[in-house]
Order: sequence, then structure tokens, then C-alpha cells
Amino acid sequence: MKQFWSFVLKEGKHILRDKRTMLILFGMPVVMMLLFGFAISTDVKNVRTVVVTANSDHQTRVAIERLSQSEYFNIVRTVVTPQEAEQFIRNQKADIAIVFAKDFASKKSGLQFIVDAADPNMAQQWTSYAQQVLLNPASGLINTKMLYNPQAKSAYNFVPAIMGMLLMLVCAMMTSISIVKEKERGTMEVLLVSPVRPLMVIIAKAVPYLVLAFGILITILLMSKYVLGVPLAGSLVWILAVSTLYILLALSLGLLISNIAKTQLVALLLSAMVLLMPVVMLSGMMFPVESMPQVLQWLSAVVPPRYYISAMRKLMIMGVGISEVMHEVIILLAMTAVLLTIALKKFNTRLE
Amino acid sequence: MIKYLIQKEFLQIRRNAFLPKLIIIFPIMIMCVMPWVMNMEVKNIVVDVVDLDRSTQSQQLVHDIEHNNYFIFHAQKPTYADALQDIEHAEADVVLVIPQDYAKDLTLGRQPQVLIAANAVNGTKGSMGSAYLSQIVTAHAMPNAAAIQQKMSTLFLYNKNQNYKLFMIPALFAIVMMLMTGFLPTLNIVGEKETGTIEQINVTPVSKWSFILAKLIPYWIIALFVITVCLLLAWLVYGLTPAGPVWLIYLLAMLLALFFSAFGLIISNYSDNMQQAVFVMWFFVVCIMLLSGLFTPTRSMPQWAYLTTYINPMHYFIDGMRTVFIRGGGFQSIGHQLLALLVIALFMATWAVRSYKKNI
Repeated sequence: MKQFWSFVLKEGKHILRDKRTMLILFGMPVVMMLLFGFAISTDVKNVRTVVVTANSDHQTRVAIERLSQSEYFNIVRTVVTPQEAEQFIRNQKADIAIVFAKDFASKKSGLQFIVDAADPNMAQQWTSYAQQVLLNPASGLINTKMLYNPQAKSAYNFVPAIMGMLLMLVCAMMTSISIVKEKERGTMEVLLVSPVRPLMVIIAKAVPYLVLAFGILITILLMSKYVLGVPLAGSLVWILAVSTLYILLALSLGLLISNIAKTQLVALLLSAMVLLMPVVMLSGMMFPVESMPQVLQWLSAVVPPRYYISAMRKLMIMGVGISEVMHEVIILLAMTAVLLTIALKKFNTRLE
Repeated sequence: MIKYLIQKEFLQIRRNAFLPKLIIIFPIMIMCVMPWVMNMEVKNIVVDVVDLDRSTQSQQLVHDIEHNNYFIFHAQKPTYADALQDIEHAEADVVLVIPQDYAKDLTLGRQPQVLIAANAVNGTKGSMGSAYLSQIVTAHAMPNAAAIQQKMSTLFLYNKNQNYKLFMIPALFAIVMMLMTGFLPTLNIVGEKETGTIEQINVTPVSKWSFILAKLIPYWIIALFVITVCLLLAWLVYGLTPAGPVWLIYLLAMLLALFFSAFGLIISNYSDNMQQAVFVMWFFVVCIMLLSGLFTPTRSMPQWAYLTTYINPMHYFIDGMRTVFIRGGGFQSIGHQLLALLVIALFMATWAVRSYKKNI
């Protein structure tokens, strides 16, 4: 046991000595939380608006006044013809043009929105906001209630996703690289001839990364509660339990990669492009899984973070009990078992 | 001299078992798969209805929702609590509660209080779904207001069918360029440091400039190849062609490639091992990507974040790229983006040369 701990200590020293990587490892969660929490938003605001009107009667002026006073629209220019307005949009000086026809005052008609539809989602939202501002449709009929996330903040959606991505990155990528590095440098042979059993060598390598992952997990949870104001609605015990399961899964994935890869470069590219890209893209982190074509939905069924992120969204944000996430937990358990078995089966105690 | 150095770089890339495959397969894979994935369209919203009125009119409203293509109708539930349970099981996204006396209030000219409760864990989905559902309810309850709305028309410029792929493909060009011309140089010099071959270069009379230039040029050629593949695939697979001049797209891509390969070399120069280099690069890439407006509009950002877009080359690139590719803008439209990219890229290239030290 003493030998085992000295191995753990050795690995810990390896990590702690690399100051820059440490800084990035702890700086990354903080920066990503700040970016996703504050900077990444799809709110409608500061929309650059061009008003197209040939005559300035009272009705039109009132409408323009109402637009410029709303918090969503900034009127950048008033022009006479729609062609001029289109030129503004093409040159990225404006996002939307509102065309008031000559007879706008006489009857409430003759209004056209010309909108830059390069981003379809935003284009739709801009027009519907402009409609609301200009029309002021009867409110009071409908009460809308946003469950779990009353202000519709994107941070609520992203915090579980960031956890899923960073834990995968730290555990899978770092462990695989640190094992392959020893192979490449030739120090692995030295470790393997030591009196510690080969399996213990590998476990000792994983332990410091396990600790590191927990450190990051706790950093994220604390930040989400105290900095971003995202509540931890569910039970903390279960959040930690499911996260532990996920960390184990990521570690066994890292072990598997280190078995396949011969050099650091390959291990890095393998984990960055084969592991990280699908994690970011297919896990439902940014892009909802249900909007994908069927084939990709099947593919995303084998991406472990998908289940972790979904479980965390339910546990953390919606605050449901563990019984509602049983489905996800069972799949994660099965995946961990399979990956760990393969990784240990393939683990060679000898070098070729 | 520089010719041999470039030849050496290409030999190194070609002899690696993995890199040539990566350079060819990766852009193709990304371009074929990602446009289907990167779809932020909101669809498949599942609705539960709680009808407490059970009148002809309320049933008509339920019927309207059932037959709407936008929503997937899940079930009618007897109480709000039952419906809420569906949301917790992730079987429904939105609940519509029609109050008692809905029909009576409407005929008497009073306003009934309809409740829409949406699962807003995904904020965009929640707010877009509830906004659209409330439009249907308004149209049903107050035909007058709906009539006024129909008098307004909307012209969607450049992207008439509101195809999300058209929006995302320029962003994908950017991502592919970033990964190919960013990460490979990052691994390059630090890789030579780790294998020790950098010392052999250090003792030759090769100047710093020609050494760095010889490292940069291969990635430029790779970038040219990659952007050509991307453009071809966009045309062949999705039938999307640039609306503006193609040479501007190449110009933008070349400038971005210069920036990223120079940036990669800078990080490579300052790093001691590959792992460190990749982590530092990854960190910067994520920040550059998220703050550039690839996915979300930059003008929605808070002021402090918006200020960073002035030094973010990716922001200029994607702005220019979308203007040329989607909006069909010409040289005048993207003049200032090109200038800004050029300045940033040249600054980084100079830095890359300065940061390379021949003595240890």
C-alpha cells in the first residue's frame, strides 16, 4: 500500500509541476462559466434598424418614436427607398428595415419588415418583437409561466453541459496523455518492472486525476450557485454520486485511448477530435438532440455525456428525485462496466 | 534555403501515419455531418393540454393545437399537477391550461385567464414555444388582433426558406480552418522540442524568419486545400454556393489561416510539452469561438464582452464570410473586416518570429 501511495504522489508531482496546465485546468472552468453565464446570449437587443418612409405624418412618427424608445431597437438611419435600406443590410450596417407605406396613416396597414435572415432564429425573433412593439397586442389574456428558469437564462442550460464537457476533458484526455507520455519517453518500462503490480500502476495514475476532477466539479458547482445564480435544486448527494459515476466512466475511456495510441500526438488528436468533437456536438450541449436527423440521434445514443448532461439538467435545474433519472444512470453504469472491462482486457503488461 | 525547409515540413507531415489521413478526412467528415447537427431550430415541442372548461370552444382550441404542424400533441390531462408530472418525466415541454368558464367569458366579452407553463431549462425552446402557443391562443380567442397581424408582411432577405444550414456553413468553414491550421502548428515546434530535433535546426545558419516562414507556408497550402474541399462539399452536398465573389472567400480564409497558424506557433514556442500546448490552444480557441458570433449574435452580448470582438479575428472573419457567402456583398462591403484581419494576422506573424529563440 505504501508503494501504491508513493506512485500516487509521483503522479501528483507530475501534475503540480506543470504550472501552465494547472492554471488552464482551473482557469478554464471559471472562464467558461463566465462566458456561458454572461456573454453567450440570444436576447434581442441593440437591433440596428433602418426606417423607410417617404412622408413623415403624425402616425408614422408616433410609430417610429415607439420603436426607438423600446429597449430592443436602435434606429440608425431613415431612408426613402427600400433599395437603400437593403444596401445598408448587405453592408452589415443594419439588421432590419421597417417600411412604412404612403397610406400607413389612413388605415393600419401597409407595413413591411425587411429582415436579414442570415440567422433564421434571430430574424424571426426580431420581427416578432417589432410586431409587438408596433402593435402592442392585447395582453392579459395569457399568463406565461417559465418553469425552473423564470428569466429564460441560457446559463441554466449550459452549466450541466460545461460539467459534462470539462470532466470528460480532464479525465479522458489527461489520463490517456500521461500514460502514453510514459510509453513514449520509455519510463513506462521502469514503472512496469517495479514491485507494484501493473494494474496498480495504472490505478495510481488515475487517482490524482480523480481528485483533480472533483476539484473542478466543486469549483463549477460553487460558481454556478454563487456567481451565476443558478440554483442547485436537487439533492447534492445524488448530484455528486452521478458525477462520480461519470468521472469513472471518463477515466476508463482515457485508459482505453492510452491502450490504442502509441504516441502523444495520436493520443491528443484521438481524444481531441474523436472524443471532444462528438461530445460538444452530439451530446445536446448546444444543439438539441431532437432536432437532428434520425441517424445522428442513434449515433448520439452512444455518447456518454449525453446521459450525464440530461441527468444533471434534471437533478440540478429541475430538482427532481433520483427515480426520474434512473434511465440515464443505468445507461451510464452499463457503459462504465463495458469500457472498464475492455480497457483492462486490452491493457498490456509488456511492451512490444 | 527556404525551399528545402518547406520540403522538410511536407516530408514530416507525409511520413506521419496519421496526419495526412486527418487532413483529408477531417474536413470531409465535418462538412458532411455537422450541418445536420448544428441546427438550433426549435422544433418537436410536445404539448400537454389541461382543459378545465370542456366546452365546444375550448375543445376547438385543443383541436387547433392537435392539428398544428409545429407542435406535437401529447395528451389531455385532468389536472395541472398531472401535466407537471409529464414535464418532470421529460414527456412534455409545454402545458396549456384552459380555465373554467373559458367559453362563457369569451361570449360575455370578458378576458379568460389562459395559463401557459413551459419547461424553460432550455430558455430558447421554452420562450419560443410559449410565444408560438400564445399566438395560436390569441388567434382563437381574439380574431380581431389576429387580423391586424396579418396585414403586416415580412420579407426575409438572402435566406428565403430560413434554412439553418446556410447560416451554419460559413461558421463550419471557420471551425474547420481553426482546427486544421490552429492545432497542427501548435503541436509542431513543441513536437520538435520534445523529440530534440529543434537543436539540430538551432545549430544551422537558418534565420528565424525563414524558419518560421517555412513552418507557416505548409499550413497555408493545407488551408487552401481545406477551404476548396469545404466549398466543393457545400455545393455538392447541400447545393449552396457563395452569393458573392469566390476570390474574397479565399482571401478571407488565407488571412484567417495566417492568424491561426501564427498563433499556434506562438503557443508552441512558449510551451514545454505537447499537452501544455494543446490545453493553452484549446482554451484560447474556445474563447475566440464563443465570443466571435459564430453561434450567437454579438450585439446581444453585454458591453464588456462586445468590446473584445474588436480584437477577435474570428469575428471579422465570420462577419465578412457571411456577408460574402450569404448576403452577396462585394469588396466594399467587407473592406474593413479584411483590413482588420490583415493587421491582426501580421501582428501575430511578427510575434511568432520574435518569440522563437534559437538559443536555449
